[in-house]
Amino acid sequence: MMKTNNLILQTATKILLFVIVLFSIYMFFAGHYEPGGGFIGGLMTSGAIVLLLIAYDIKTVSKALPFDYKKVVGVGLLFATGTAAGGLLFGKPLLTHWFTYVDLPLLGKTSLHTAVLFDIGVYLVVIGTTMTIIQTIGESE
Amino acid sequence: MSLLHLAIISPLILALFIPLVHKTVSKIHTGWFLLPLPVALFAYFLSFLGDAIGGQAIMETLAWIPSLGIDFSVRVDGLGLLFALLITGIGSLVVLYSIYYLSMEKEKLNQFYVYLLLFMGAMLGVVLSDNFIVLYAFWELTSFSSFLLIGYWNHRERSRYGAQKSMLITVFGGLAMLGGIILLYLMTGTFSISATVAMAGDIVGHSLFIPALICILLGAFTKSAQFPFHIWLPDAMEAPTPVSAYLHSATMVKAGIYLVARLTPVFAFEGLWIWLVGGIGLLTLFWGSFSAVKHTDLKGILAYSTISQLGLIMSLLGVGAAALHFPEMEDGYFAVAVTAAVFHLINHATFKGSLFMVVGIVDHETGTRDIRRLGGLMTVMPITFTLALIGSFSMAGLPPFNGFLSKEMFFTGMLRAQEIGLFNMESFGLLFPVVAWVASVFTFLYSMIIVFKTFTGKFQPEKLEVKPHEAPIGMLISPVILVSLVVIIGLFPNLVAPLIESVMASILPPLLAAGHDFDVHIYHWHGLSPELFMTIGVILAGILLYKFMPKWAGIYNRMPEKFSLNSFYDKGLENIQRGAAKITDAYMTGSIRSYLLYIFTFFILSLGITLFLKDAFVLDMSHVAEIRAYELVLAVITAVAAISVLLAKSRLSAIILLGAVGYSVSLFYVVFRAPDLALTQLVIETVSVALFLLAFYHLPKLGKNIEDTRFKAGNLIISIGVGAIVTLIALSAHSSKMFDSISQYYIENTYKKAAGENMVNVTLVDFRGFDTLFEITVLGIAALGIYSLIKLRMTRGREQ
Repeated sequence: MMKTNNLILQTATKILLFVIVLFSIYMFFAGHYEPGGGFIGGLMTSGAIVLLLIAYDIKTVSKALPFDYKKVVGVGLLFATGTAAGGLLFGKPLLTHWFTYVDLPLLGKTSLHTAVLFDIGVYLVVIGTTMTIIQTIGESE
Repeated sequence: MSLLHLAIISPLILALFIPLVHKTVSKIHTGWFLLPLPVALFAYFLSFLGDAIGGQAIMETLAWIPSLGIDFSVRVDGLGLLFALLITGIGSLVVLYSIYYLSMEKEKLNQFYVYLLLFMGAMLGVVLSDNFIVLYAFWELTSFSSFLLIGYWNHRERSRYGAQKSMLITVFGGLAMLGGIILLYLMTGTFSISATVAMAGDIVGHSLFIPALICILLGAFTKSAQFPFHIWLPDAMEAPTPVSAYLHSATMVKAGIYLVARLTPVFAFEGLWIWLVGGIGLLTLFWGSFSAVKHTDLKGILAYSTISQLGLIMSLLGVGAAALHFPEMEDGYFAVAVTAAVFHLINHATFKGSLFMVVGIVDHETGTRDIRRLGGLMTVMPITFTLALIGSFSMAGLPPFNGFLSKEMFFTGMLRAQEIGLFNMESFGLLFPVVAWVASVFTFLYSMIIVFKTFTGKFQPEKLEVKPHEAPIGMLISPVILVSLVVIIGLFPNLVAPLIESVMASILPPLLAAGHDFDVHIYHWHGLSPELFMTIGVILAGILLYKFMPKWAGIYNRMPEKFSLNSFYDKGLENIQRGAAKITDAYMTGSIRSYLLYIFTFFILSLGITLFLKDAFVLDMSHVAEIRAYELVLAVITAVAAISVLLAKSRLSAIILLGAVGYSVSLFYVVFRAPDLALTQLVIETVSVALFLLAFYHLPKLGKNIEDTRFKAGNLIISIGVGAIVTLIALSAHSSKMFDSISQYYIENTYKKAAGENMVNVTLVDFRGFDTLFEITVLGIAALGIYSLIKLRMTRGREQ
């Protein structure tokens, strides 16, 4: 990638990164009730990492985030298929979800939903795929 | 899940643990951990014997895909039980034998036993399933495990060749069989085998009946190595000998016979069935025994011998099927052929299994199986010699062994075939006993070759790589047990008579309904019957041919290699591969532009023609809302940006303009109140602009390659075509409402059923979760694809 000294961008990125990632996590959890979800959350997290890539270079970023994104894809698929198959254990058809409401301290009445687990799978696959592609193309010079 | 289901899949379960056991307990031969299972299963299946002989079938059902009528139903009747006993019984002996045959130090035992267990489970599934689809699944699993076992010594080129050959031929047949099963389903509406058998009378004469019959027979014939599909079996002999003894003589190759026997009541009323099964069986019987004589490899002889014996059983089943046409016939006049088939099936498993093990011993102790190098082993290996002698004499049909009894009965069946008087049998029926007799002469001949060329004559230790000696006791136990069965059944054949009766009840159930019971009595002495003279003739002719073999064996060289089935197979395979490569190369040019050209041309043509033919274009503006000013502005911006992309002078500005198109589209989503879509589109645009910037370095400068006008005109036509088609479809889709919108359902149920408020997301993860599951799978595959494409190119570049 580019080897330029982008002090303003780099400084801004350091702060913005956390804002974007936090926002993407919020987006992910909000998905069931408001706009958001695994796809958007995953894309937004990837967007944050892409911002890092633009501000710094690929080597620095892969040192800071030493993930093998191919494995992230695998873990994500495992989450999704695992949740999907979970219903089978209880004699329900594939992809039967289950939910309940619990009272948590501070948060109040909260719903717990297995769809979130499925969505984590989506979230991880989206990050993994995007970053695998970007990283491979970026590295291939 | 019942105990019976568990019994069938228990080998598959054990297979999961074998690698673990092999790794942790490396001091003990892995086979010992395996052995208890087939023995226990054998004992378990023996407990069904009483019920089966009493004419009762045990049925257990486990729902698998009930909505499609596919259940894992298991049915134990006489026929299934006989096979289950063979699979587990011979299986136990083979495992025991393999413990001594396969060296613990040199072989990858974990793989071997996993494959073997896989096969055992699959085979049990084939013979005990009462559902066609389940049977088919297990059937393919046997082909698959056979492939793995033949290719077990995968460093050998011949092993890989044999494995591939068997796989291609048997899977071809398996797929044909699946077609037959589906055709049967179309006629009967059920996948249940017993229900299909019960409906047999109703479907004769249906237009799909003959195609179904042929498809099913293709499956049976390929599996049971019937002419002309037999060519895979000799090459399958590259497998370790325990495997040949188990799969390729006693069990798997009999799956086809099982299928024919099982479906005899369904198809027997069609003359074609009798002709095909009987005729092809007879042809295989002759060709196998005739070809066996020319071979010098002991396993090669046994392979052709197995082919021929399978043909024998097949032809008997074909002729025996005629019995169903004469339900009034007393004392099973034609059904005797079926009795002979079942009896010979049992006998063949005993003598052929023992012969394979004997050949394995010879190979193991001398280092060769070539009869030109062997000879005079009688004094060195007396026990092995005795085993070979009894096995071969039984195979040749000599008294007092069991092969003699079933061979006599086989002659009876064949002699009666000419009296059937149906389907031109009166004119061609004479062929049956004549061919049977000639084939038996050759059978006698190769049986003698196996014993006498190996064990008598001049001992040639100089031609052997190792100094031969008698096999270890462990290796002898299994063949000794089998040979004892040969003798015991030979002396007291009526011990197995009740089992044969119950098997016949499964093959010919309509006869049972007509008030018959199969009273099987097997006699040694029938008086001076034609069968006896035929046997004497076989022996005399066989001895003569054996004596003067050098004089006439030249005829085998007369057959040109060029026209053999094997060269036909090899050439065919080669041509298919070459043809496929040619076709692929013709359109897979490696240029993305060509691929887009194919895709878009197809898109335009298929959709355009459909639109035109179906007269599907409608334009209905009645419920269109008013276009507001800012929508118009957005549309103009989008269009201007899109057109500017084409006119852009540099790639960087093209990328930015493309981004502008994407962002303005996402603004449309905002305007039309689809926040989820808008968000996704925004982030996608951002990420893909970044991606473009990354790829930017690798791309050539815009406008560098000077393209001619024709090229540009082609691009223009295609892009306008795609745009026009999409616009037309979008307008028509909006104008015509063929169904009620599904959105009302989601509006009502999103909160009620899925406890969510964001309809889009609930649809994604819950209502249409299956779509999402596959979408993310595709995403993952795409990522891996791009990764491997780029990484492969990089490593190749580095190598150069």
